This record gives sequence, structure tokens and C-alpha cells, in this order.
Amino acid sequence: MASSNAPSNVLSLLWRNKESRGVIIQIITMVIVFGLLAVIARNVVINLEAVGKEFSFDFLFWPAGYDIGFSPFIEYTNKSTHFMSGVVGLLNTLLIAFWGCILATILGFIIGIMRLSSNWLVSRVSYIFVEFVRNVPVLIHILAIYAIVVTILPSTKQAISLGGDLFFLSNRGFYIPAPIFESGAGWVGIVLLISIGLVIAFKRWAKRIQDNTGTIYPVFWISLAILTVLPSLALVAMGTPISWDIPALKGFNFQGGMAVKPEFIALWLGLSYYTAAFIAEIVRAGILAVSDGQTEAAHALGVRPNRTLQLIIVPQALRIIVPPLCSQYLNLTKNSSLAIAIGYMDITATLGGISLMQTGKEMETMLIVMGIYLIISLLISSFMNWFNSRIKLTER
Amino acid sequence: MKQKTTAVLSAAALVLGFAGTTQAGTLEDVQSQGVLRCVVSTGIAGFAQPDASGVWKGFDIDFCRATAAAVLGDANKIEAVTSTGKTRFTKLNAGEGDVLWRNTTITFSRDVGVKLRFHGVNYYDGQGFMVKKSLGVNSASELDGASVCIQTGTTTELNLADYFSSNGMKYEPVTIETNDEARQNYESGRCDVYTTDASGLASTRSALPNPGDHMVLPEIISKEPLGPATRHGDDQWSDIVTWVLNATITAEELGVTMANVDQMKSSNNPEVLRLLGVDGSQGQELGLSNDWAYQIIKQVGNYGEIFERNIGVDTPLGIARGLNALWTEGGLIYSPPFR
Repeated sequence: MASSNAPSNVLSLLWRNKESRGVIIQIITMVIVFGLLAVIARNVVINLEAVGKEFSFDFLFWPAGYDIGFSPFIEYTNKSTHFMSGVVGLLNTLLIAFWGCILATILGFIIGIMRLSSNWLVSRVSYIFVEFVRNVPVLIHILAIYAIVVTILPSTKQAISLGGDLFFLSNRGFYIPAPIFESGAGWVGIVLLISIGLVIAFKRWAKRIQDNTGTIYPVFWISLAILTVLPSLALVAMGTPISWDIPALKGFNFQGGMAVKPEFIALWLGLSYYTAAFIAEIVRAGILAVSDGQTEAAHALGVRPNRTLQLIIVPQALRIIVPPLCSQYLNLTKNSSLAIAIGYMDITATLGGISLMQTGKEMETMLIVMGIYLIISLLISSFMNWFNSRIKLTER
Repeated sequence: MKQKTTAVLSAAALVLGFAGTTQAGTLEDVQSQGVLRCVVSTGIAGFAQPDASGVWKGFDIDFCRATAAAVLGDANKIEAVTSTGKTRFTKLNAGEGDVLWRNTTITFSRDVGVKLRFHGVNYYDGQGFMVKKSLGVNSASELDGASVCIQTGTTTELNLADYFSSNGMKYEPVTIETNDEARQNYESGRCDVYTTDASGLASTRSALPNPGDHMVLPEIISKEPLGPATRHGDDQWSDIVTWVLNATITAEELGVTMANVDQMKSSNNPEVLRLLGVDGSQGQELGLSNDWAYQIIKQVGNYGEIFERNIGVDTPLGIARGLNALWTEGGLIYSPPFR
């Protein structure tokens, strides 16, 4: 009698106990979530089979057959595989994300600080910029810039020539001379690396001296001198082993040199100033969060205004700025998938676009593209977390 | 981006299990919906484009209307499901449309790899190039180093790559999502050349501010047989789409037009009588009413009428019949007999 009632007694006991009830609820939730995932996965496989499509990633190694107009890093032809076209797209995504984050940060800090300026005009200009930019969708910004670049700039035949026929600006892109490294250029590179090492060592040494004696060296100017003088000397000593490939108009287009394409310019500028509007507000919030008393105390101690900003305000503001800044970097990277609207060949346009179309593998390509964005975002997050923990206020 | 959303939605349909439900019985589905959903392009003048009052018009639309006339008895019961080159097959396979009438090239990989059923050719096309006359180019072989605007998600990307590499020429592809955006890029001078099927070039040229300033180069670099497509796995529906196309062609061959279709019901020609459902039971065998082909001709017209009305020499597109003339007149348009 007692034994037949035992299991239900145990269950009701477990349910009444607060701790074990929590565990039970968690287990049930997990079972439901994974059950749903399993149903979804099963449905995908069954439905793909129903239309006669095999779930397989073999297509990655088939020849892609199409050309990509913008592959600055690796050699790609229409005989390369879909895998390679994905790599080209990934590199283009990373390129735009990298330069976008840098420009957005610079612009965002400038605009954010402008917004706090005591000059009425400067702060109003910044205010209007922020309110205009962040209230219009980013796709519209990108399309607008692209239209401006392509319609306002002249065609290649009437290209604007700058710096005595070295640089050209046209609606096919901005053409600049490309360096050609000859033998001996490697030594210059080595000297450059050595000078960077020297600068780092000098900074450490200067900091130690300052900590011990209070003497302050002009670290910035000395570093700049080291970085410019030593490599220049090496360049002269090796007999300037770098020559320039100068762009010139041949036939339809400019040949030679390096080109920054209008698609890249439009996407880069559009993403950057859009994200900069958000960063500006984050920067403003961060700086405002440092109480005025800090500045007043520093001034009372005789610390100069720029040193106050550098040593007292910024370090405290940064710990507020950095975590939301990370979200903005993630946004910018994911927004770069709008590239396809103007024909910039990012991962969504190559693997998630043309390859998808040519092979009919929508599920597989979309999974890969999703996975890649996920990995890029996680990498950015972990870098920002590392940076955040480095700059966070040391509490004693 | 609308296209991306729909691609994701289609993928979601696969995930959530809607796709499998639309496999068989498309005819019943269409008849119970009371409307035929045709996957068409986002807008190509003459082929599929909404007019000023928002009504879809064009060559592909008329074939969609013909299908609706046969299946539902009313050519106006259509719904245009727009799609880009990239999303069209996903939309069809996910069941967002019942049939694809969207100047789509029939190829091996689409038939076998994308799992479509093709039902014959309603337009024989080929890829060409359009340039500004001011460039002074007279042949595609002079295009070495040019910037070329292409619409993504089409066979043209592959043809273009093959043509330039087999002729040892270089080019800069500028790959754009839709026909309209590609045209804007060509107009602004971002590209020297615009390439797509010759019919699409004629359509694009007619929409440019000064069509006379642009020319289509003589080279046709590919075979582009355009035709309707349906999903795998519904043979009855496939038969219907096949014979809708054949009915318009046969009607032209037999001289049955929108104007004379009523008189033709008392014709002496037994094939005309079978086509119009006076004799025999071909309509019932297809699962339709016996006057299905009569409705097509009465409401939409025969192949020649559809062609001339939308893209023929008297339209802004001004396309001659050429390869698309009937086989009896030196073209390739040919229908199996109604027997």
C-alpha cells in the first residue's frame, strides 16, 4: 500500500520544495525548447526531401561561374568555387565592418563632444545632425549617398584630376597610385617594425620615470619623430626601393593604381555616419555622467584642462561608453548586409545571393551566412569585453 | 529589403512546415482560393508591369491571365506575386505562387537542381548588350575593359563571365539587385554596358529618356528559352500549364482570334472544334471545364495577339516576331497537336 503511493508522494514533495521546484521547471522548459528545435529541424529535412532537395554542402566546391567586381585581397575568377566566392564576400564584409567601425568611432566622438560645446552654433549643428541622421533608415542613407556619388561625380573621360594626374575622381571610383615594392623594400619594413617596438619601449620607460619622479616627457612628439625619421632614413639608405603604379585612362576605364569603388564609398560613409549619430549620443552620455566636481577638483589642483580631460574625464567616461559602443559596432557589421542594394559584393551578396540563386541551396547558404555573422559578432563582442575589462575603473 | 524578407519568409515556411502542404492538388487549391497567384517580375516594361491605375499588364501577365481563364473561367482573377531574379524559385517552391510566368530561362540546373517543371517555351530570347551610341562601339568584341551592369540572380551573370573569358577580355561586373536599379546605374554612367536578355534590353531601352541615344549590339551571346515553371510533384497542374501555352499557339496556327472565336465554334476543322471544346472532352480530361481554351482565346487572345499587344512592332518595345514567329512562318513557335 505504502509503496504504491510513494512515487506520487515524492513528486508532490519535490514540487512543494522551492529549490527542487525551480529545477523541475527549468528541466521542463529545456525539454520544450529542445523539442521545438527538433521539430523545426525535422520539418526542414522532411520538406526539403518533399521537394526533392538533398541537404548537402557539396555545392561549395562546385565552380561558381560568375565574376565578382570587387575582390581587393585574393585572386578570384569565374572558375573559382562557391567556397572562394564566399571567402571574397566575407573579406569584403570584414573590410567594410573594420573601416566602418573606425570612421563611425571618430565621427561619433567628434560629434558627441561638439554637442557638449558651450558654443551655441556648434552644439546646435551637432544636435540637428544627430536628430536628422538617426531618424532616417540606414538603407535610405546608403542609397542616397550612392546616387549622389554616381550622378554628381563625372564619368571616367571627364574625371577630376588631382595632384598633377596622380589621383583621379570619377563615378567609377577614386583612383590612387599603388605602391610597387622592389627588392630592399623588406628592409624598410623591418626598420618600421623596429621603430614601432622602440616607441612601445619608450612609452613604458617614460611611464616608469613619471611614476617614480614625476617628470613628464613629450611622449607623443618623440614617438612621432621615431616613427617618421627612422623609416625615412632606411628608405633613403636603400635607394627608395618603392615605385608607384600610377592610374591612367585606357579605353573604358582607368588601369593601374588602386581604386576605391563608389559602392564601397557609399556603403562606408552611409554606415559610418549613421552609426556615428548613435555613438555621439553614447559619448555625450558618458561624459555627462562624470560629475562636474571631478573637473573642478582637478582644476583646483592646478591640472591643465587638456590633462584633465585626458587623465580624469575620459577614463571615467570610457567605462560608461564602451559597453553600448560594442552594440553599435555589432549593428554596423550586421547593417553592412544592406550592401547588396547598391551592388557591393559582401557575403550576403555573393554566397547568400548569387551562389544561392545559381545552386538553389537556400537553406544551406542561409545557414552558412547566419553562422558567419554570428561568429563575427561574437568576436567583436569578446574583443570589446576584453577592452572593457582593461579600461574599467580599478577599485581599491 | 523586401526581397530579403521574402527569402527569409520562404525559408521560414520551409522550417515551419507549410511547404509540404502545397505539393499536390494545386488545381483544387487554386479553385478554392478563387484566384490564381502568378510569380512575376518586379517590373519589366512590356512583360510585366503595373499600369497607371495599378493593373498588371504585359506579355507574361497575359499568359497568367490565360491560365486563370482556363482554370477559373475569368482572366481577371489573378494575383501578381512579384519577385526578383533571386527570390522567384524560392517563392514558387515555398508555395507563395501557383505558377511562374516570369521570363525565366529554362536550364538544366533549374530543371534538375532547383527542382522545377518547365512546360515549353513562350519566348525565344538571347543575351545581348546595350551601349550608349556616343561610345562609338559597334561590336561586343570591342568591350575589353568595360564596366558592365548586370542584374543579379540570373543566367546572364554566367553567360557574361563565359563570354568575356572565352574571348580573353576583361571587364568590371557591377552586380545590381533589380532591373530598375541596374538601369539607373547604366543611365548615370556607372557602367558602359547594360546586359540582359535582348527582350529585356528592348524593354529597358524603351523606358530610357532618349531611346535613340542607345543601341543594342548585334551579338547575341546565349540561348535563353523563356518559359513557365511549376513545382515538382503535381502532374495534373503541369499538364494544365503546358496546354494553356499550347492552346494559345495552336489558336494562332488555326487562325482562331479573340474576334472570331465565336464563329469558329461552327468551323469545319475538327481540330478547331476539339480545341474550343465543341467536340471531345479534352477539358474534362485536364480537370477543367470543356470550354477552357475558348475562354483563353475569348478573354486573352491567341499567341500572336498577346505578342503584338504587349511587345510587338507597334508597341514602344518594337520587337519583331523573329524566332518567335510560328513554325509555319519561319520561326520556332510550335505546339503539339490537339488530338
